[in-house]
Amino acid sequence: MFDLVQLIILFPLLGFIGIGVLGKYLKSEKVIGIIGSSTVGISFIISVILFFHIISTGLAKPYIVDVFTWIATGDFSVKVSYQVDQLSILFSLIVTGVGFLIHVYSIGYMHGDRSFARFFSYLNLFIFMMLNLVLASNYLLTFLGWEGVGLASYLLIGFWYDRKFPGVRITWTGDAGNKAFIVNRIGDFGFLIAMFLIFANFGTLSYTEVQDIAYLGKSIYFDTGLITAITLLLFLGCTGKSAQLPLAVWLPDAMAGPTPVSALIHAATMVTAGIFLIARNSVLFSLAPITMEVVLIVGVITAFWAATIGITQNDIKKVLAYSTVSQLGFMFAALGAGAFVAGVFHVMTHAFFKGLLFLGAGSVIHGMHEEQNIKKMGNLAKYMPTTYKTFLLASLAIAGVPLFSGFFSKDAILWAVYNDGGFIWWLILTIAAFFTAFYMFRLVYLVFHGKERFDHHKLHPHESPKVITVPLAVLAFLSVFGGFLGIPYVFGFWFSHHPNALENFLMPIFAKSNNILGVPLEHELHAIEYLFIAIAIAVALIGIKVAINYYSDDKLLRPRRIAEKFKAAFDLSLNKYYLDEIYFYLIVDPIVNGSRSFLWKKFDVGVVDGIVNGSATVVQKISETLRRIQTGIAQNYALLMIAGIAAILAWVVSSF
Amino acid sequence: MTELFLTLLIPLIGSFALLFIKKEQMQLIKYVAFGFSVISFIFSIALLLKFHSDNPNFQLTYEKVWIPSLDIGFRVGIDGMSLLLVLLTTFISPIAIYSSFDAIKKREKSYYALLLLLQFAMTGVFISLDLFLFYIFWELILIPMYFLIGIWGGKDRIYATVKFFLFTMFGSLPMLVGIIWLGQFIGTHLVHVPNGFTTNYELIRQYSHFIPIEYQKLLFWAFAISFLIKVPVFPLHTWLPDAHTEAPTAGSVILAGVLLKMGTYGLIRFNLELFPQASFLYTSLISWLAVFGIVYGALVAMVQSDVKRLVAYSSVSHLGFVVLGIFSMTVEGIQGGIIQMVNHGLSTGMLFLCVGVLYERRHTREIEEFGGIARIMPAFTVFLGIAMLASVGLPGLNGFVGEFLTLLGAFKSPFLGSIWFTVIAATGVIFAAVYLLWMFRRVMFGTITNPANRGLKDINKREWATFLPIVLFIVWIGVYPSTFLKLSENSTKKLVNKLERIKFGKERYELPVIPEISKPNNTNIKNNQ
Repeated sequence: MFDLVQLIILFPLLGFIGIGVLGKYLKSEKVIGIIGSSTVGISFIISVILFFHIISTGLAKPYIVDVFTWIATGDFSVKVSYQVDQLSILFSLIVTGVGFLIHVYSIGYMHGDRSFARFFSYLNLFIFMMLNLVLASNYLLTFLGWEGVGLASYLLIGFWYDRKFPGVRITWTGDAGNKAFIVNRIGDFGFLIAMFLIFANFGTLSYTEVQDIAYLGKSIYFDTGLITAITLLLFLGCTGKSAQLPLAVWLPDAMAGPTPVSALIHAATMVTAGIFLIARNSVLFSLAPITMEVVLIVGVITAFWAATIGITQNDIKKVLAYSTVSQLGFMFAALGAGAFVAGVFHVMTHAFFKGLLFLGAGSVIHGMHEEQNIKKMGNLAKYMPTTYKTFLLASLAIAGVPLFSGFFSKDAILWAVYNDGGFIWWLILTIAAFFTAFYMFRLVYLVFHGKERFDHHKLHPHESPKVITVPLAVLAFLSVFGGFLGIPYVFGFWFSHHPNALENFLMPIFAKSNNILGVPLEHELHAIEYLFIAIAIAVALIGIKVAINYYSDDKLLRPRRIAEKFKAAFDLSLNKYYLDEIYFYLIVDPIVNGSRSFLWKKFDVGVVDGIVNGSATVVQKISETLRRIQTGIAQNYALLMIAGIAAILAWVVSSF
Repeated sequence: MTELFLTLLIPLIGSFALLFIKKEQMQLIKYVAFGFSVISFIFSIALLLKFHSDNPNFQLTYEKVWIPSLDIGFRVGIDGMSLLLVLLTTFISPIAIYSSFDAIKKREKSYYALLLLLQFAMTGVFISLDLFLFYIFWELILIPMYFLIGIWGGKDRIYATVKFFLFTMFGSLPMLVGIIWLGQFIGTHLVHVPNGFTTNYELIRQYSHFIPIEYQKLLFWAFAISFLIKVPVFPLHTWLPDAHTEAPTAGSVILAGVLLKMGTYGLIRFNLELFPQASFLYTSLISWLAVFGIVYGALVAMVQSDVKRLVAYSSVSHLGFVVLGIFSMTVEGIQGGIIQMVNHGLSTGMLFLCVGVLYERRHTREIEEFGGIARIMPAFTVFLGIAMLASVGLPGLNGFVGEFLTLLGAFKSPFLGSIWFTVIAATGVIFAAVYLLWMFRRVMFGTITNPANRGLKDINKREWATFLPIVLFIVWIGVYPSTFLKLSENSTKKLVNKLERIKFGKERYELPVIPEISKPNNTNIKNNQ
């Protein structure tokens, strides 16, 4: 049964190749759209079947499906082989489920694009690579998916390669694609070295074997330099893929891609690969307390940093992009606090509501004829009722309003961070949560309420077609109710000792790391937890209220006054803390200029070639001098000959 | 054996055959040249089928003593590594010839005759089992290459070709001295051969590690200089950008595709095999040069404005991985190095073909002249994209397999003993993405701003035909490299066994016991303290 996992991988691959090669000949958008969506749909169905099979069999150990030997030489051998377990199937469900909805949505969104087939081919490639990433049974195959999703992301960011996109040293969308790929490569460098360390020390790259060895030797490995190095390097990879500081800079510019891409790759799935990788390596990470601390701090700081940027951005997609960075920070904070389930839970709920927010934004952009500036919108609720309603539900979810999905997952994270990291980090994260509620409702009010700030003569906003609104509705349903999969103990204890369905499901995955971290099997009830929940709810509601107060006023007097009063802080936020500029100034420019003016012009051309050409010149000069001896006058030669004979005779005589 | 002969000789025969065709019959000349090259490829496939990958020894060997008084002979044979490189040669050569059909418009007859002569010499280099024969082939390469760059090259072709010639000659003379000394030393001090001199590779290989270290050191460098120039390893690389930039497309393709591999091949075949103790001594030094070259080549490639020069510098970077893998002296590293030789031949060869496509249409290689090409040349965009991604080392394509294995080999190498080689070399992976992606963005993306680009035609059928086979292997090696790794697995293990036995006193890899067929007789050890 579990061998079916190969088919999950296979169908999107077929879709990629089929549409990629034949797309030119399949003239009809409908055919292409149906093929592209159904490959992912089939994978989703198979994932569902495997999911229920796992539940019914209670799979205690990962089931490995070997396909073929990939790279093998000497002592090294790695197979293309997939691992069916709770974690991989959960991610597979998210990827193919949300992926399927976004494929369907894209049929409507990309309607009329001249590269319709290319788009679907790339989307299928992405799904294929992402599935390799999450279903792989070894690091190297995950790495294939890891770089492969990076490729798909690169191709899709630069999909409209002849369009301009504003940004720091970015002119074309292709520049944004390059930035994403290159920044990710820095992270991949960490992943690569981590793999070498793992192979050199564990002799294998298989997840199960490495985790088993590490777990058996946990007293030896605990807090050693080796494990710390491995996990920190893996985490470097995560900061690249999941856009955390210091590598967070690429994600906002990735918004150059078509909006379904932003929803699928840059919000719901690919950027959560970092969380997956840490969850997959929970044993190694829990053996490295220093790394866990780093993960927590990086997560909290990124969450805060991005949230403070989100409040000043005017591009609807940029707001959501920073929101994504911030929410990913929440997830890492959870992982760093040892709350792996909470992190994964937030991946899931975030996939629902953030996917929905992006698709809603896409619907708005679509209805507004490619306008993305929220200052030029307003009162769209009137024209796009379905989009508005679903967008509002997602905003309530991300803000953390009780009983919506985001409420449960965010609450679990905040509590875990307080428990493990302490009050300060909890406080910073709570402030980030406040900003989240604020910027989301700033967005809702500027886009959907208030005065219409667009030109009525040129723009006629309209609701999007069914193929777009139906996926919105499905995701809205999940955003609202998805949270009940992970009811925390404090709410559910009265009907079950283990009310958290997701935690129960993922139990076999995190049993070992929980053991190392000393997580108690039975929950305890802390009265203080209710206090924290009350604070979290209050923060969310106040954030929403403030945003409504500020932005329901059409003249935006109060926000303007604050922006003027705190000009420096406002500019800092508007310009993303100048991080791009700093990187260019401190890293990129010195390397490029140094390479050009020193390595190439001075060293290569000057020194090395200088020596080469110099020696040629010297030989030439000597030859020119010697040439003068060859005068062509017979007497001179005779003279020289006599001199030579005399010299030889003298030498012969003297040697006696 | 017949197959080996035919693979070697058919290009030579073709080269002569061309001399008898009237130079006005241009179509005939082209197709005869192409035909001979393809036939040679077919025989090399037969070679592959006859090859036993289990057997770590030289196979299909042939020996005919040529100058008996010096024991110089026509000795040929292949092991896994040479087989792969012969296949690479016979694969790239017809593509290079075919790609020249429209590009070369003067003195076609000599052009194709020289290309075939070049193919003959390259094949010879990879199958020689006699040092003297090897040297002849090695030097023979220079003649066609000198003329190919000098006659059909770009505007600074004379400077480039003289530079190429002098660099290579500068390297090969010490090698000649080394060969003579080695033949003399082995023949008189270590084994009894009739006149105290031999160039029999297999014989020398069996005894050369008895050569005292002070002589080995000198011999090591006598050979290494020549190979390091050919690779080229930093700082001996400056002939390469000039030669590449000025050479005609086919010349660049062969230069990158095959010629550079003669250097890395030589490092394995002669330096590691013949002078193991000296190799242990210099492994760190050469590995540092390789690592430095990886980063240096990438950084300098990043700031080039000429596409061809950019690809040329990228070769310095990519070949650095090969050298690093070789001098890690681990099976993973050397195997990675061998597969990376093939990979580099394919992906960089393809990059040069792509540059050729642009050059034929626009007669410029300046990146700034282009922009927005993707819109009008979609098929070309796909192929350049694949070549670029293969070069970047994207998993699933060929480049990754080689880079990963060489880095892994260097990481765990007991001979290098430091992870810093790998850590620094791996940054080259980041820079590779930088320079190739930047180039791709500037050439392909954006809108067409230069009116000269407006009417460019997408690639034609002939260009499709040159790209498709390369893409096939780029994907094949990326997805299922075992087909190729398997061929050289056992000969590499045999070499590593020897190195580890000498250094650590024990062998790690079990190999099937197959008697060496061409075990030299009439010889016995004279002095074996």
